[in-house]
Amino acid sequence: MSTITAALGSDRARRLRAALTGLLAAAAAVGAPFYFAPFQVFQLTMVLLYAVALAGLNLLVGFGGQISLGHGAFFAAGAYTAAVMLDRYDTGHLATLPVAAAGCFVLGLGFGVPALRLRGLYLALVTLSFAVFLPPLLKRLQSVTGGSMGLTVDKLEPPAWSGLAEDQWMYFAVLAVTAVVLLLARNLLRSRVGRALLAVRDNESAAEVMGVRLSLHKTLAFAWSAMFAGVAGCLYTWVIGFVSPDSFSFVLSITLLAGLVVGGLASLYGPLLGAAFVMYVPSVSQDVSEAAPGVVFGLLIIAVMFAAPTGLAGLPGRVRGALARRATRAATLDRTPGAPSAPGANPKSLAEPGPAAVLTPAEPAAVDADPVGAPPRTEKE
Amino acid sequence: MRKTTALRAAAAATAALLTATACSSQRGQNDQSTAAGGACKGQQTTGITDKTIKLGGVYPLSGPASAYGTISKGVAAYFKYVNAQGGIDGRKVEFVVRDDGYQPPKAVEETRRLVEQEKVFAVFQTLGTPSTAAVWDYLGRQKVPQPFVATGASVWGTDDRHPWTIGWQPNYVAEARVYAKYLKDERPKAKVAVLYQNDDFGKDLLGGFKKAVAGSGVKVVAEESYEVTDPSVSAQMASLSRSKADVLLDVTTPKFGSQALAADAKDTEWNPLHILNNVASSAAVLQPVGFKNVQGVVSATYFKDPADPQWADDPEVKTYRDALHRYAPDADPANQFNAYGWAVASSLHKALDAMKCPTREGLRDAVRNLKDVKVGMLLPGVTMSTGPGDAFPLETMQLMRFKGERWQLFGKPVDTREEFGPLTK
Repeated sequence: MSTITAALGSDRARRLRAALTGLLAAAAAVGAPFYFAPFQVFQLTMVLLYAVALAGLNLLVGFGGQISLGHGAFFAAGAYTAAVMLDRYDTGHLATLPVAAAGCFVLGLGFGVPALRLRGLYLALVTLSFAVFLPPLLKRLQSVTGGSMGLTVDKLEPPAWSGLAEDQWMYFAVLAVTAVVLLLARNLLRSRVGRALLAVRDNESAAEVMGVRLSLHKTLAFAWSAMFAGVAGCLYTWVIGFVSPDSFSFVLSITLLAGLVVGGLASLYGPLLGAAFVMYVPSVSQDVSEAAPGVVFGLLIIAVMFAAPTGLAGLPGRVRGALARRATRAATLDRTPGAPSAPGANPKSLAEPGPAAVLTPAEPAAVDADPVGAPPRTEKE
Repeated sequence: MRKTTALRAAAAATAALLTATACSSQRGQNDQSTAAGGACKGQQTTGITDKTIKLGGVYPLSGPASAYGTISKGVAAYFKYVNAQGGIDGRKVEFVVRDDGYQPPKAVEETRRLVEQEKVFAVFQTLGTPSTAAVWDYLGRQKVPQPFVATGASVWGTDDRHPWTIGWQPNYVAEARVYAKYLKDERPKAKVAVLYQNDDFGKDLLGGFKKAVAGSGVKVVAEESYEVTDPSVSAQMASLSRSKADVLLDVTTPKFGSQALAADAKDTEWNPLHILNNVASSAAVLQPVGFKNVQGVVSATYFKDPADPQWADDPEVKTYRDALHRYAPDADPANQFNAYGWAVASSLHKALDAMKCPTREGLRDAVRNLKDVKVGMLLPGVTMSTGPGDAFPLETMQLMRFKGERWQLFGKPVDTREEFGPLTK
């Protein structure tokens, strides 16, 4: 059995399977807007858009081990950058994306500076203050931002040649950006920067001894993360076509963080799951109870965190682990009555092959997988 | 290996999804916008049949503005009551309420759900200026009526690019005009200090007031603004007090209304005539300040206060109380927001009755062609009128003064249309 799994797990087979899965996932992603109703396509678009923001937050919280309650503000900055450009200068939609990304990158770089000196809850407070102070600021700068009435801008219109409906075109635009961003995040984490980040998260002193420049990498993590949030904000403006300060209250920042934790920290597909949770669960909880959707939503978060403390992304692993443990126990129980018929044989040694066979498939994962669902270590004084 | 299992699961899910796609698509269903025949040929009849009519509303049932969410209960109670009476012109009303938590993106999502999934005939009420502004483009493009939005901004009436959207309640400019007329008549030399909320609501009202008093002896001598996020308005009140104005125009939302009233009561040196705008005029705002401290405060209103004993024997208010008791037992009949919901729902009833064609186009045209329509819950003398160049159903309000433990109406209802002419951009 273990030889078969070894063969299956061999590099080539795995790569083949990964390519196949990727192809299928891509086919599903491309096919979805032709299957679902426009309203559902719109929901999927929003899921993708939130996933971008969550992927950014994941870089910082999941992989960087820092904490931010201010990502709603970076999101807002990206959204407003796009909206103001579209409203005042009438640039195309595409032109807003690099500007929003670059602007938020610089903003994040600036905010990365306190991240050098503060950690844990203190950093969370500083970033929270940013999220709290941005909406009133947007209201004051009425000449540019339109004040509390907000700005209504053109949505992304499908070109005539595409033959697509508006919702489909928006979906594809957002899908393309999301794919690029998620790929970027993945590659970033597998590069020197990513390894340095993980090292800093796990043990700062050790990382420094190994030659990782702490200040550079902590600030950069913040900047990258802010950039992703800004890109998500820009996409938001494309899709919703309306921004107002009240859309970006600090509740958004907290929702993002909750979504990330529910989805799974330090996991590559956790942000997608978290985004789906943030998007769909409030509607579902409203269907469950019209009187108190907030209560149902809160209870669901508690339920998820109870059943899957490592987030939804870590759930399959935990379930498999639990099953393996149960199998071990069952195997032990099965063999125990048989023990007298095989005198001299230690029941324990008999039981061993069972669990070993079951556990084998899980072993390579422990080595090659990124620390799926590793808890954030923000405080380690 | 954990990873590959996850990948395998993803692959299986994808395969299932693709199979489902091949079998049937949900997309096609959306293009079945039905069209009417006969004289109403080519008009949309989505959501309406001879026996039913489906309406959808988006309200903040959760979040910072959830106090307004109870309006949906008043509306729902009205429709249930009407259904028990045989429906609107024989059509039973189905009213679908969705929660947007006062967040524009949520409002967009829920509105799309109502239009595309629930296939409602009209989106009857979105609440709040941001949520309404976020969806009116979409509804206009989909040609879905958005009648009687629950916000008093004047833009719903002055805008000419959104024929499918119309407001209902007297807009803030109309309210400002009522106060301006009162001051011009009663205190022609008044010096006015203004406290206002720094957003569209405060600026709409203040701007309307300034325009209405222009050229008269009434002068605005001081203005102070606050943000919704401010903790208190005591600093603003102190600085207004130094102006020694003889009138204070208090343009606030409930929490700040209470604070301003309390600050005014505490300041014994400065005793201006306190004009409190309608938004903050509920008893819940005045009570914490103490009724003895708010005697003589002036405000304006347009519908019957269900808590006012003056209307205890009014047939419409009686019907309202009974219906609310039966169909929304957990809602408080004395709450003004429930009465508001009742009043706006019965206004829609009148508009639906006036439709020439039972179509979306019919409703769009009907709400823009109302002639002195009486609605039981509105004050006597307050009627709905719209027409070409006038997209404000209600523009009449009556002044009231706080006396004893409740508001007392005084004077005649002021028709601002007559007094000041139509409101334009």
